[in-house]
Amino acid sequence: MDNPNQKRRQELEKYFDVQGPFAFLRLAQMKRAWRQGNRRQLTWWENTYIPTLISGIWLTSKHFFRNLGFHILHLVGLCKDVRAAVTYQYPEQKRPLGLRLRTRHRLTKREDDSPRCVACMMCETVCPARCIEITAAEHPDPNIEKYPAEFILDLGKCVYCGFCVEVCPEDAIRMDTGILNTSEYSRESMIYNKKRLMEE
Amino acid sequence: MPNLTIDGQQVDVPVGTTIIQAARKLGISIPHYCYHPALPVAGNCRICLVEVEKQPKLQISCYTPVAEGMIVRTNSPKVLEARQNVLEFLLVNHPLDCPVCDQAGECKLQDYYMKHGLYDSRLADVKIKKEKKAFAIGRTVMLDQERCILCTRCVRFTENITKTHEFGVFNRGDHSQLDLYPGRKLDNNYSGNVVDICPVGALTDRDFRFKCRVWYLEKTKSVCPGCSQGCNITVEWDKMRPHIQKQARVMRLKPRFNSEVNDYWICDKGRYNYHFIDENRIVHPQFNKESISWEQAMDILAGAVNSLKISKRMNRIGVLASAQLTNEDLFVIKKLFKDTLGGALVDFRVPEKPGESDEFLMKADKNPNTAGAEIILGSDTKPQQIVQKARQGEIDLLYVFGHDLSQLFGKEAIYQISKNVKLFVFQGSNVNNTCNYAHLILPSQVYAEKEGTFTNCQSRVQRIWPAFQPLGEARADWEILSLLSERLGSALNFKDPRSIFNEIAATIAPFAELTYEKIGDKGTTLAK
Repeated sequence: MDNPNQKRRQELEKYFDVQGPFAFLRLAQMKRAWRQGNRRQLTWWENTYIPTLISGIWLTSKHFFRNLGFHILHLVGLCKDVRAAVTYQYPEQKRPLGLRLRTRHRLTKREDDSPRCVACMMCETVCPARCIEITAAEHPDPNIEKYPAEFILDLGKCVYCGFCVEVCPEDAIRMDTGILNTSEYSRESMIYNKKRLMEE
Repeated sequence: MPNLTIDGQQVDVPVGTTIIQAARKLGISIPHYCYHPALPVAGNCRICLVEVEKQPKLQISCYTPVAEGMIVRTNSPKVLEARQNVLEFLLVNHPLDCPVCDQAGECKLQDYYMKHGLYDSRLADVKIKKEKKAFAIGRTVMLDQERCILCTRCVRFTENITKTHEFGVFNRGDHSQLDLYPGRKLDNNYSGNVVDICPVGALTDRDFRFKCRVWYLEKTKSVCPGCSQGCNITVEWDKMRPHIQKQARVMRLKPRFNSEVNDYWICDKGRYNYHFIDENRIVHPQFNKESISWEQAMDILAGAVNSLKISKRMNRIGVLASAQLTNEDLFVIKKLFKDTLGGALVDFRVPEKPGESDEFLMKADKNPNTAGAEIILGSDTKPQQIVQKARQGEIDLLYVFGHDLSQLFGKEAIYQISKNVKLFVFQGSNVNNTCNYAHLILPSQVYAEKEGTFTNCQSRVQRIWPAFQPLGEARADWEILSLLSERLGSALNFKDPRSIFNEIAATIAPFAELTYEKIGDKGTTLAK
């Protein structure tokens, strides 16, 4: 590894990906690049774009025929354990989400539809993006004591790290809505307040 | 002087010292709840147990006096186990309220659990609940009896420091609870201190309640500007989270220990006297109620002073300085209006009504720097004369520092002043009724935004430190006057309060040889 030539060769091999059936074409490129450094002139043969075209068509048709073959086999009930590529027709058809996937937040509720949150500000403290802003207030029930008068979560800033969920001592915030498409036309409407976070 | 060994270190302490004090001298901190250096010893929390050689049982370090040749161990396995067991016992009925408790973050139960506890709960029974959860017991304090560990610090505080005897511990065993005596309310002038001394969240501050988490707070040392006692305080503020309390920066004030001035205490008047820092501030210079830039403001002011200077009518300038200003500000006022310009009528002693006072900390004089103003500025005229002259139009430029003249002299007087004086300048941090009549308004900084020194009623010079940037375009009083002096062509060339203080030390005898370093955190008394 200490040899600079060897190091450079490895970099070039990585750069040109000299594996696969048409490797010999790229190997020639690599050798030329080796001689001339990274800035290299295309040869006449390369200038026709035929070698690149062929390797591109090869890759596409490889997947096409593989999927075609397997889908036909699946239709007649063979090779069911081998997966072939499937296209989901999003948004009509939605992909099943993993149970642990972190999606848009929600505030969980008590039985009387008030938020479970007690405004302890753990999530606000732990949030690395500083996207949570809680204003605490006195709850009329002395056994609850504290509740969030306002709970603002700026999804424009959120990095979906899930720390807020992990740190919450009351299970008051969850990222299990399955909503991924939180797209809006303005930054202001990316800011969710308590009411919006509690909507079903 | 008995000589004893604590954790292998030898120390000499006077007879009658307790082990916990001797250990503190060595820098060894022994956990404690009921022990407080300013209160009599109760010895009921039992967490300060230490091992003393040749004594069969562990001893409480807060009440065991030292003896010659004593060998003490504060972290032997036996002590650590005892500490853990005591903590487990104290926490048996303590609710897991930390998410809603304002003490969380500065709670000794949390701290010691993380340091000495860390056991798995063995509690099979239900925690004993009290009748009521948190409830207000006075203007300033909330009591939550479930959180109380019965250390009786607050009981001893009201017995020995304020001598008002509001608190008591009632009932026995599991049922014992801290409460006020029937029919009483915690409404003495020092009630906020019980919140500071409460090691847990049983007593919390109503003013600070749910405002902010304590770990957001940044702390700056300062001196209370509420009266001439000059209690040492810490300004606790938060700037990173403006949504808290409508962009207010200061969240609370806490007393700072100074055995010479205020010990561990501060009165409630001083403790809650911080809202003016963020509310009702003047943020831009104004001329006839319109915001202008500092350049324009200085043009107007320097123009007025210059015309009087050229026509040699300096005695038509009246300056009402204030004992709210720092020594540095007052020195620059003296330097500019008395020495450089000469002949201006300067005074600071406006006739204020004496405020509430008692024999402990509260003083009737509500200005933090009266002693300093007297030494630096002295007094030639009477403020009443200045005001009288201004009313009769014998003064062309009246320069007022923060005083609310309409309150002190009446609305009629201030109306006449604004009519008869050619330029009525008000320089202050907060809006008051005088602003409605002043022609030129200059925003100045509050004590938490500037550096400087105050001289208290014991002639003790104490420093204040800037906690945060000034609000809006506010500038320090000395800075505004330095700018004015530059405009007048007789620049005073002061860079910062430190350089001003050095000049005070060089020119004013009682301050001789003092520097900011010599004053330090706790202040120093002036030479007579």
